[in-house]
Amino acid sequence: MNNRLRVRIDKVFKVVFRIAGFACIAILVSIFMMLLYNTVAFFSQIKPLDFITDTQWNPSRHFGLLPLLASTLLVTLGAMAIAIPLGIGTALFISEYATGFVKNMLKPAVEMLSAIPSVVIGFLGIVVISPGISNLFGLSNGLNALNGAILLAIMALPTIITVAEDAIHAVPMTVKEASYGLGATKWATVKNIVLPAAYPGIIAAIMLGMGRAIGETMTVLMATGNSLAFPTGFFSSIRTITATIAIEMGEVPFQTTHYYGLFALALILFLITMAVNVLAERMVNRIRKFQ
Amino acid sequence: MVQAALVKTKPVIEISDLNLYFGEKQVLKNIQLTIPQKMVTAMIGPSGCGKSTLLRTLNRLHDLSPDARITGKVTIDGQDIFHKNTLVNKLRKKVGMVFQKPNPFPKSIYDNVAYGLQINGFPKDKIPQMVEESLRKSYIFDEVKDKLQEPATRLSGGQQQRLCIARTIAVKPEIILMDEPCSALDPLSTLKIEELILELKNDYTIVIVTHNMQQAARVSDFTAFMYLGELIEFDETHKIFNNPEKQLTENYIKGHFG
Ligand SMILES: Nc1ncnc2c1ncn2[C@@H]1O[C@H](COP(=O)(O)OP(=O)(O)O)[C@@H](O)[C@H]1O
Ligand SMILES: [Mg+2]
Repeated sequence: MNNRLRVRIDKVFKVVFRIAGFACIAILVSIFMMLLYNTVAFFSQIKPLDFITDTQWNPSRHFGLLPLLASTLLVTLGAMAIAIPLGIGTALFISEYATGFVKNMLKPAVEMLSAIPSVVIGFLGIVVISPGISNLFGLSNGLNALNGAILLAIMALPTIITVAEDAIHAVPMTVKEASYGLGATKWATVKNIVLPAAYPGIIAAIMLGMGRAIGETMTVLMATGNSLAFPTGFFSSIRTITATIAIEMGEVPFQTTHYYGLFALALILFLITMAVNVLAERMVNRIRKFQ
Repeated sequence: MVQAALVKTKPVIEISDLNLYFGEKQVLKNIQLTIPQKMVTAMIGPSGCGKSTLLRTLNRLHDLSPDARITGKVTIDGQDIFHKNTLVNKLRKKVGMVFQKPNPFPKSIYDNVAYGLQINGFPKDKIPQMVEESLRKSYIFDEVKDKLQEPATRLSGGQQQRLCIARTIAVKPEIILMDEPCSALDPLSTLKIEELILELKNDYTIVIVTHNMQQAARVSDFTAFMYLGELIEFDETHKIFNNPEKQLTENYIKGHFG
C-alpha cells in the first residue's frame, strides 16, 4: 500500500468518526427539540401553572403533573431505599469479603439478573410479590407503589452492584495495605478507606440505578395498579409518568391537547433524568479532588 | 563473626526455619535471622530474591494473600507472631510499615496521620498534638503546616513518603519496616529520608529493604544479603561491604560497585 493511499484512508476515517460523533449530538438535540416544540404547543392551550399545580390527571379536562410525578418519585425513592444498601452491601461483599467459589458465582449471577427482560420482572410482580404484599399487610390489592418499588429495586440492583463493585475494586491494594499496616481491622479499612475512596464510583452507581428506575416503564405499568388517584403512600395504587405515556400515547388523537400533554410529561421525565446525571457528575468531581 | 557483633545488641525479631510458598512456588527458604533492637538492618539482594516477601512476613501482611503458606517461627519481643492468640492488629500497630511507592490515603494531610491514631483508640483530645509531633519528627511539618486540610495527594513524591513515615510513627510502633522507601524518589528527597532514618533509629528498630548499595552502606548497622530466597550472609554492614565471608556476597557487592 503506498503512502498516499494510507494518508487518504486515515483522512476518510477521521471524517467517518467525526460524522458518528456529530450524529449523536444531532439525535440528542432533535429529540429535545421535538419534546420542546410539542410542549410549547401544549402550553399554548394549558397554562403552565395549571400543569404543575393541578392535582388531577384526567385528560378530558385536567392535565395535572403532580399525581404522576408523585407516583414516579414514590416508586423511585422506594426502590432506592431498598437497592442502595443491598447493592452496596453486595458490591462490598463481592470485592472485599467473598473468596473462591462464592465470589466466582456471585458476579455472573448479578449479571444474569440484569439480563431478565422487564416484562418478566413485571410478571414476577403480578404473580408473586403483589399477592405476597396483600397477604402480609392484609390489603385487597397488592398492585401498588410498594410492589413497584421492590421490582424496580431488583432491576436497579445489577447496575448498582456492577458499577459500585468496579469502583471498590479499583481502590489500590497498596492503600488498603497501608491501612492494615497501621493496625486497622477489615471493617475499619472498608469504612474509612475503601468506601471514601470508592465514593465517586458509588455515587455514579446509585445515580445510574436511579436513572434506570425512573425511566423504567413496562414493569411499573404492569405492577402498580395504574390508578390515577393522588398517591397517599406505598400502599396506594399509582401511575408513573412513564406508564401514563405508554398507556395513553397509543390511543390519543393526533395533535390534540392531550397529545401535546404527553410530550410535556416526556420533557419533564427528560429533565429529571438529566438533573440526576448532572448532579451525579458534580458530586463525583467534588469528591475526586482527594484522589 | 556476626555473633560477636550481636553480643552488644538486644535481639528483637528472631526468625527461625522460615519457609514461605506462594502456591507451589517456594519464595523463602529456611531463613534464620536475628534482628537487633534500635539498629538499622538493611536487606539487599537482586530483584525477586524475596526481600519484600520476608519483610511482609514480619507484620503478617501475607494474611491478605490467600495462596501464601508459611512454615517456621518468627518471634517479636519473644512472642510468636503466628500463634493463634496473637492479635494481628496489635502486631501491625507495633510493627509499622513504609511502602515502596508512597501510598497516602485519599484524605487530607492531617487525616492521613490522624487516621491511625483514631482506629487505634488514642484519646481524641491528644490526637492533634500527636499528629503535629509525628509530622515534626518526620521533618515535614514546616512544609505542610499551612495546608494540613489539603489532599495529601497534592504533595510531591518525597513529601508523600515522609508523610507516610509520619503516619507510621504516629501510632508509636517499636519496629519500622521500610520496603525500598526511596526507589520512587529523586536524590534530594532520598537524602532527606536517609537523614530521617538515622534520626529514627534512636527510638525504633528499622528494617529497610534497598536495592541501592550505597544507601545500605550509609544508613545501616547490619546488612542481610539474600539470593534466590535464601539468606546468604548477615553481618555488620562494614563487614559485608569490605570483607564478606561468602564469595556470592562479594560478587554481588563488587558487581554493584562497578
Ligand atoms: N503475592 C504473590 N504471589 C505469587 N508470587 C509472588 C507474590 N509476591 C511475590 N511473589 C514472587 O516471589 C518472589 C519474591 O518476590 P519479592 O519478595 O517481591 O522480591 P524482592 O522484593 O526481593 O524483589 C518473586 O519471584 C515474586 O514473583
Ligand atoms: Mg521488593
